[in-house]
Amino acid sequence: MTNPTKASTEGASSFARVQAGMARRRAAERRFKLLGRAAVGIGLLFLAVLLTSIVSRGYTAFWQTEMRLDVVLVADEIDPEGTRLVDTLHKADYSALIKQSLRDMFPEVSSRRDRFALYGLVSNGAAFDLRDRVMADPSLIGTTVSLWVPADDDVDMLMKGHIDREGPEADRRIKDTTLGWIDQLEADGRLALRFNTAFFTKGDSRDPELAGIRGALMGTIFTLVVTLALSFPLGVAAAVYLEEFAPKNRWTDLIEVNINNLAAVPSIVFGLLGLAVFINVFGLPRSAPLLGGLVLTLMTLPTIIIASRAALKSVPPSIRDAALGIGASPMQATLFHVIPLALPGMLTGTIIGMAQALGETAPLLMIGMVAFIADVPQGVFDPATALPVQIYLWADSPERAFVERTSAAIMVLLAFLALMNLVAVLLRKRFERRW
Amino acid sequence: MTQTPVLLVLLLALASAAYYFGCKRAFRVADGRIRNLHSLPGYYGLYVALWAALPALLVLGVWLALQGSMITRMVVASLPEPIQQLGPDRLNLVINDIRNLVSGNIVSGEPDAPTLAAAEYYRSLLGTSRGLLFVVVLSVAGLGGWFGYSKIRPQHRARNGVERIVNGVLIACSTVAILTTVGIVLSVLFESIRFFQAVPITEFLFGLEWSPQIALRADQAGSSGAFGAVPLFAGTLLITLIAMTVAVPIGLMSAIYLSEYASAHVRAIAKPLLEVLAGIPTVVYGFFAALTVAPFIRDSGSILGLDVASESALAAGLVMGMMIIPFVSSLSDDVINSVPQSLRDGAYGMGATSSETIRRVIFPAALPGIVGAVLLAVSRAIGETMIVVMAAGLASNLTANPLEAVTTVTVQIVTLLVGDQEFDSPKTLAAFALGLVLFIVTLALNFVALYIVRKYREQYD
Repeated sequence: MTNPTKASTEGASSFARVQAGMARRRAAERRFKLLGRAAVGIGLLFLAVLLTSIVSRGYTAFWQTEMRLDVVLVADEIDPEGTRLVDTLHKADYSALIKQSLRDMFPEVSSRRDRFALYGLVSNGAAFDLRDRVMADPSLIGTTVSLWVPADDDVDMLMKGHIDREGPEADRRIKDTTLGWIDQLEADGRLALRFNTAFFTKGDSRDPELAGIRGALMGTIFTLVVTLALSFPLGVAAAVYLEEFAPKNRWTDLIEVNINNLAAVPSIVFGLLGLAVFINVFGLPRSAPLLGGLVLTLMTLPTIIIASRAALKSVPPSIRDAALGIGASPMQATLFHVIPLALPGMLTGTIIGMAQALGETAPLLMIGMVAFIADVPQGVFDPATALPVQIYLWADSPERAFVERTSAAIMVLLAFLALMNLVAVLLRKRFERRW
Repeated sequence: MTQTPVLLVLLLALASAAYYFGCKRAFRVADGRIRNLHSLPGYYGLYVALWAALPALLVLGVWLALQGSMITRMVVASLPEPIQQLGPDRLNLVINDIRNLVSGNIVSGEPDAPTLAAAEYYRSLLGTSRGLLFVVVLSVAGLGGWFGYSKIRPQHRARNGVERIVNGVLIACSTVAILTTVGIVLSVLFESIRFFQAVPITEFLFGLEWSPQIALRADQAGSSGAFGAVPLFAGTLLITLIAMTVAVPIGLMSAIYLSEYASAHVRAIAKPLLEVLAGIPTVVYGFFAALTVAPFIRDSGSILGLDVASESALAAGLVMGMMIIPFVSSLSDDVINSVPQSLRDGAYGMGATSSETIRRVIFPAALPGIVGAVLLAVSRAIGETMIVVMAAGLASNLTANPLEAVTTVTVQIVTLLVGDQEFDSPKTLAAFALGLVLFIVTLALNFVALYIVRKYREQYD
């Protein structure tokens, strides 16, 4: 202070020093910001790549190559005695008729091997389609029907451009002769891509062109219904007790610690629990949606309890005080005043928990929901699989056509998840109250 | 199984009737004047209804839970001596045949006379049990209802009674969490103890070779299974490490960017989009890893002249890292946001730039919370199943090379338990021992992480 000149020169020099470093510091600032932007960008890029790869592989599965056949329904072949009994119609050899119609289209094919390849153009399911058609309308017998039947998955893949026509013949799943037939059929307008209804109406199958997600979807729905029916009441009741009534003691602390830890236990461990306790001790049926629902209930319960407690916490104490002030018992105040106000928040938490359960696969593998099940389950005791498990099973199949179907099943699964989350968001927007 | 819904509907009807008569009686004992009553009439009705329904439901539940094993035990006891002498697995086959006969399913082979007789006995026991169940449940419901009904007086505190019962139900619901933990611990522990009787625990924890195949015949190749889990632990750690190298920098940097730099508009779009990554089912990531990422890595490796396994640890770890990004970023976001504004203001006041403030002030202040978040992410990665099942290999391989195939604890649990299980062979039991390790490790990580996070929060509150 005594020497102002010295102080000012010192100030000038430190100012100069700061100035000198400024360019470097600004560059560091820019780099850091860029780094942050890159991180967000990479994250979003991952998401984009993931979704595009799934959609670009899967969207073609919603169409299926079908072939128009003119089948002569020879009465002697189907029902020689003319009884038209359901049993006779059911047992008739329809695949012979289909083969005959293929032979009629390509009369020049004669060798055994070529004929075998020719029959392979049409899916095994064609005979069942024909049977259903005849059984629905027996008067068709004796006439010639023209019907669209699913083509074999190799033909389907060729039509969709997944099989390279130009490669060496030995490496191709479709040989040159077959390729010629397919081109001719296409020129005749007998091959076309049509909407794949079988994908939504059929159960699983070993043949990709016949495999559908209906069975898995029903299994998932049954499982989720059980999960919802158990986890919502249990979760809400537990949350109400812990938030509104529980005294602060060791027991309550123990419950809270347990809930927090269960939320972080790997889902596969819940599968082990289901296997050891529900199957081996209680003897519940393996592979049943009931069992899957029980396991997923235990898994989603912590999510629902934590969300419900948050919802209860956000109800202001004045509501409770007002109810208690006019003579309601604590139970009445909670049941009739606090819970209705907290319900939207609880429902949102429950939907998020359900979405989590919908995508869960690992615990279901443990309790046998991975079997190959062609039938669509009819109830919670029938053996079933679930949509994510179906995706896992199809992903393991070697056929090229299953890749497409797996991606399509993933798209359906993601659509359901998006829908559930949308409902949760809308619910929150619609009922969210600021006190 | 069809009788249970019928019983439930009957019980519901009984409870409704009990409610109605309870209300009516409350009116009658009060001489029609409600103010003579202690509680509202509805509470008297509820009181009677609860007495009618709850004990009956309890009996029904216990009965159904025990019915199967009781009947099986009685049927086994009735089987001829030589069949009872069979080993447990053969005996299980016989029991399965009997059950299939009872439910009218297809039986393997032609059933012999004792099996048929046992099936007949099983069927008759089942019939008796069902009939008895009906009688017992309905009489318990009737008795309970009558008891509740007889207690109705004007002075009777029905509301308090009902509220006590509701409170009890709430307590019971909240103990499910404890029961689940106990169930997990017991189920994993018991089977693990059986496993450790066959395989010494030191061999399991420190053995270097894992090949859980137990041969059916003595002369088969590789007849002695090896249960050294070190390769599995190493594989799990390798994949977790790769996942963390992807997730921690990206997650942390995006959390910093979104909370300190991004405008409200960008944040409102980017944050939910990043969180979509957390909502995608793991089986989808597994498919993506196996069909898109793994071939991509293998092809780019062969261009560079590297020999990459088609199920490389790198592919699984990379995709797992993708999945964990939002987990790390939203947890660190919370932590960074809870650093008090005064620290930032102080740093800015000293002339620091934003990045200097973040690196020198906010990051050190948030570090414990970030460590906690990373630990939680590690525990998530260790327990993750589907990605590794679909994209990592099955062969145990003690290596640190991310381009080779490794296997993990969760993959082995799945492979050991999907398909046929024999609960007397170490092969099946090994899965439970692995599950025990998994449970303990994730639990410990969570405890530490939550402890750190809580400790840190208190600092600024």
